[in-house]
Amino acid sequence: MHTKTIKELSLGLQSGDYSSEELTLSYLKRIKQHEHLNSFISLTEDRAIAASKQADAMLAAGNAPLLTGIPMAHKDIFCTQGVKTSCGSKMLDNFIAPYNATVVDKFNQAGMISLGKLNMDEFAMGSSNETSFYGAAQNPWANNTVPGGSSGGSAAAVAARLIPGATGTDTGGSIRQPAAFCGITGLKPTYGRVSRYGMIAYASSLDQGGPMTQTAEDAALMLQAMAGFDTKDSTSAEQAVPDYSATLNNSLKGLKIGLPKEFFDESLNSDMAAAIETAINEYKKMGAEIVDVSMPNLKLAIPAYYVIAPAECSANLQRMDGVRFGHRCDNPEDLNDLYIRSRGEGFGTEVKRRILVGTYALSAGYYDAYYIKAQKIRRLITEDFTKAFESVDVIMGPVTPSPAFGIGEKTADPIQMYLADIYTIAVNLAGLPAMSVPAGFIDNKPVGLQIIGNYFDEAKLLNVAHQYQQVTNWHQQTPKGFE
Amino acid sequence: MQWETVIGLEIHTQLSTKTKIFSGASTAYGAEQNTQACTVDLGLPGVLPVLNAEAVRMAVKFGMAIDAEIADYSVFARKNYFYPDLPKGYQISQMDHPIVGIGHLDIEVDGHIKRIGVTRAHLEEDAGKSLHESFHGSTGIDLNRAGTPLLEIVSEPDMRSAKEAVAYMRKIHELVQYLDISDGNMQEGSFRCDVNISLRPKGQEEFGTRAELKNINSFKFVEKAIFTEVERQKEILESGGRIVQETRLYDPDKDETRSMRSKEEANDYRYFPDPDLLPVYITPELRAQVKADLPELPEAKKQRFLEQYKLESDAANNLASSIALADYFEALVKSSGCEAKICSNWVSVELSGALNKENLDISQSPINYERLAQLLQRIADNTISGKIAKQVFEAMWSSADSADKIIEAQGLKQITDSGAIETIIDKIIADNPGQVTQYLSGKDKVFGFFVGQTMKASQGKANPAEVNKILQEKLKR
Repeated sequence: MHTKTIKELSLGLQSGDYSSEELTLSYLKRIKQHEHLNSFISLTEDRAIAASKQADAMLAAGNAPLLTGIPMAHKDIFCTQGVKTSCGSKMLDNFIAPYNATVVDKFNQAGMISLGKLNMDEFAMGSSNETSFYGAAQNPWANNTVPGGSSGGSAAAVAARLIPGATGTDTGGSIRQPAAFCGITGLKPTYGRVSRYGMIAYASSLDQGGPMTQTAEDAALMLQAMAGFDTKDSTSAEQAVPDYSATLNNSLKGLKIGLPKEFFDESLNSDMAAAIETAINEYKKMGAEIVDVSMPNLKLAIPAYYVIAPAECSANLQRMDGVRFGHRCDNPEDLNDLYIRSRGEGFGTEVKRRILVGTYALSAGYYDAYYIKAQKIRRLITEDFTKAFESVDVIMGPVTPSPAFGIGEKTADPIQMYLADIYTIAVNLAGLPAMSVPAGFIDNKPVGLQIIGNYFDEAKLLNVAHQYQQVTNWHQQTPKGFE
Repeated sequence: MQWETVIGLEIHTQLSTKTKIFSGASTAYGAEQNTQACTVDLGLPGVLPVLNAEAVRMAVKFGMAIDAEIADYSVFARKNYFYPDLPKGYQISQMDHPIVGIGHLDIEVDGHIKRIGVTRAHLEEDAGKSLHESFHGSTGIDLNRAGTPLLEIVSEPDMRSAKEAVAYMRKIHELVQYLDISDGNMQEGSFRCDVNISLRPKGQEEFGTRAELKNINSFKFVEKAIFTEVERQKEILESGGRIVQETRLYDPDKDETRSMRSKEEANDYRYFPDPDLLPVYITPELRAQVKADLPELPEAKKQRFLEQYKLESDAANNLASSIALADYFEALVKSSGCEAKICSNWVSVELSGALNKENLDISQSPINYERLAQLLQRIADNTISGKIAKQVFEAMWSSADSADKIIEAQGLKQITDSGAIETIIDKIIADNPGQVTQYLSGKDKVFGFFVGQTMKASQGKANPAEVNKILQEKLKR
C-alpha cells in the first residue's frame, strides 16, 4: 500500500478498498519502523487517528473531496495549532503554535491527515539537514548521506514511502534540492502562489511553500489544495488558481525548452551532465525543441542571495528574544543577559552565521554596498529569465552540481555548502516556479532534473513533468529496504 | 552674544482607526492588559502584517490638509532594535518613501502669521508598554498598544521660540482632531512630541548642533522644556563649550533635561524595506475620495465666519478651531434667528466657560443648541435681560427644563410695563434727594446710581432700556 501514489490512494479510498484509518495506522507503523531515518520531529498519532475516523465518515457519506483521508505530513516550519512547531531549532523546541498556518488549514479542509512534523535545517537555513537541532535526517538511498535541505525530512520521508506526500518550503532550493537528492518530485511555486501565513519566515521575499510527492500528478493535486490568494498574506497573489490536473496530459509537441549554457559549465559533474542530457533527449523524442539561452548573471546569484536572505532573516529572527515564547535562558541577570544568553543558547551555528552576515549587510555604511547592490543583481537575474522566457516555454537544467554528499562532508566549509545551490537560487531571486523531477541515478544516488517555468505557469511545469514520468520510471524507484 | 533658537518638532499622533495598523485587534484604550493583542501583535513566529487601508486614508487626508505632496508610491520599512515591548524586534515604519511629503501650516503668534514647513509625515506602528511598577524587580509588558497606528509628522527647523513651537503643536493638534483622524488625547498618549533644539549666533545661517528632547506629551511641558534646554545650551556655548548631539529627556518634576544617549551610542536601526508588505500605491481614485471627504479646514472656516457672520477675528478663530464648536454655533444662529455676534459670544464665553469648568467636550454639553436658541430668543424679544439670561443659563445647565419654563417658574420675566417701572423710579427719586441734587448740578456719574437702584429694586427684571428712558425723563435738568 505504501508505494501507492496520492492519486492511487484517493481512488482506493473513494471506492472503499481500504479505510483512511487503516491507511493512517499503516503509515504510522512504517514511520516508527524507520525511525532511524530521523525524518520526523514530532508524530501526532492521536490527532491523525481521530482525523482519519472523521475522514472515513465523510467518505462513507459519499461527498468527500479528492484528498480526503490521505496521510501526509508538514515540514516543521508550518505552524500547527496545539502541536510543537520547532522549525528545527532549540529556540522553538518548546513552542506550541496557537494557530494554524493557512497551508495547514487548507490541507485540513481538503481532508488530508497530517501524521506529524518533518525534520528540517534549523529555520530552513541549510542544504543538508545537518543544521537541525534534532540531528540530520538520513537519505534513504545511501547510508550516511544527507537527504538535502532544508526540507530534508520531507524528502526522506516521501522517498522512503513513510508518507505519500509532504509540504516543504523553498527559499534557495530547499524543496528542489532535497527532492533531487532523494529521488522524488518537488515543486516550488511562483512567489505569491501559496500563502506564507503561518510559515515561519526565513527570508520573506524568497520563501515559498510547495508540495513534495512521488509524482507530478500528485504534486498537481497537492498544489491545488495549497495555492490561492490569502487575505492574511499581503504578498500572496490575487490570481485565479487553474485546474492543475486538467492539463497534465497536454502534448509536448513543439514545446520550447531553453538550456542556459551557464547551467552546463565545468562546475557540473560529468555524470550529472550526462543524466540531464538523457532526460532532455526524452523530451526531444516527445517533440520538444531545444533552444540555447543564456543567463549571464547567474554567477552572481549566490553572492546576491547570501546578502538578501541573511539580511531578511536577521530581522525575521529578532522576535526570537526569549521574552514571549521560545527558549529563555535560566536566571537572566538583566535584559541584556536575557537576550544574549537566550539567543546564544537557542540558535545553532549556521543561524548565527547568517544573522551576523545579515546584520552586517544592513549596517549603516554597508547597506548600499551590500543590500542595495544585491537587489540590483536580483533585478538583473530576473531580467535574464524574462528575456529567456520570450523565446522558450520552460528552462531545464540540473538541480544540483552533483548527487547527495556524505553527512559531515561539507559542514566544515560553509562556502562549499552554499555553492551547491548554484542552480536553484537564481529561481528564488526571480520568484519563478520550478520543479525537481527524478531523472536517473549516479552510483545509486538519485539525480534531479530541474524544470523552470514562467510566472504562475505551474500548470505547464506539471504537464511537462508528468509527460516525462509517463515515459520514464525513475520516480517509481524505491530505495532498498523501503520497498 | 545674541543667540537664535532653532526648533523642529516630530509629532506622533495616534490615528483613530478601529483596528490596528497591521492586524485586526481593537485599538480601544484602557482594556485589561494584553487582551487586545492578537497573534500578529504578539509577533508570534509565522504571522504577517496586513495594512489597514483606513490608516492610509487618514494619512492622505492629513497630507491634503497641509497642502502636502502625497506619494504615488509609499514603502514600509523595518526599523530594527531590541526592546521587550517591541514584539518583532523591529518596528514597521517608513524611511525612504513616506506617504506624505513636503507640506506647510500657518501659525499665528502675537498677531503675526508664520508659515511652518512640514518635511514629511509617515505611518508606523506603536510599540507596547513596559510596566516597571508593581512587578517587584521585574518588568511587565502590556502589548495592547502594540500595532496602534501612528502618524509621525516631522517639521522643518522653522520655529524660533517656544511660543512658535507650542503654536505649531497646537495647530497640528487641532487639525488632526478637526480631520477626525485622531482623538488627540494627550493624557492617553495619543499625541506626543519630540523636540529638536539648537542655538546659533544671531545672523548665522549654519545650524548649531542639536539636542533632541524625547516624548513630551503636553503643551505646557513642551514650552518649559524648550526654555530649560535653551538655557542649558546657552550656558554651555557662552562658557566656550560645545553642544553634544544627543537624545535628552525632559523631567517636568525637576524642570531639567537629562542625557539619554549620545549620537555615538545611538542605535543603528538598519532600516530596509519590509518584504512582508507590498509598496502602497496612492491611486487617483483614493485621492479623489479623500478630497471629497475633506471637511472645510479651520482657515477657510474662519474666513467664512468673518465674512458671513461679521465676527471679530478672535471669535472666528476660536469657533473655527473645532468642527463641533463651529457646527454648534452655526446651528444656534440658524435655530435662534438671533444676531451672529450674540450667538458667538454665548458659545465662546458662557457655554465654553461652563464646559471648560467641568472639563466637558462640546458634544457632552448639557445644553444643546436648541435649548440655548430659545434662551437667546428671550433676550431678543425682551422677555429677559442679558443679565437675567445668565441666571437662566445656570439653571438650564443643571436641569433639563427649557428656558421658558425656568423664566416662568422663577418669575424672571422682564418688567417692560413703563407704569410699573415709573412707580419704582418715583420712589427711588423720593428716597434719594441728595443724589438728585448732585445729578442735577452736573454730576453725570450719579445717573448710574439711579439705574443700579432701579434694577436692584426690580430684582434685575426691569428692562434696562426702559429704565434708562424713564430716568432720563424724570431727571431732566
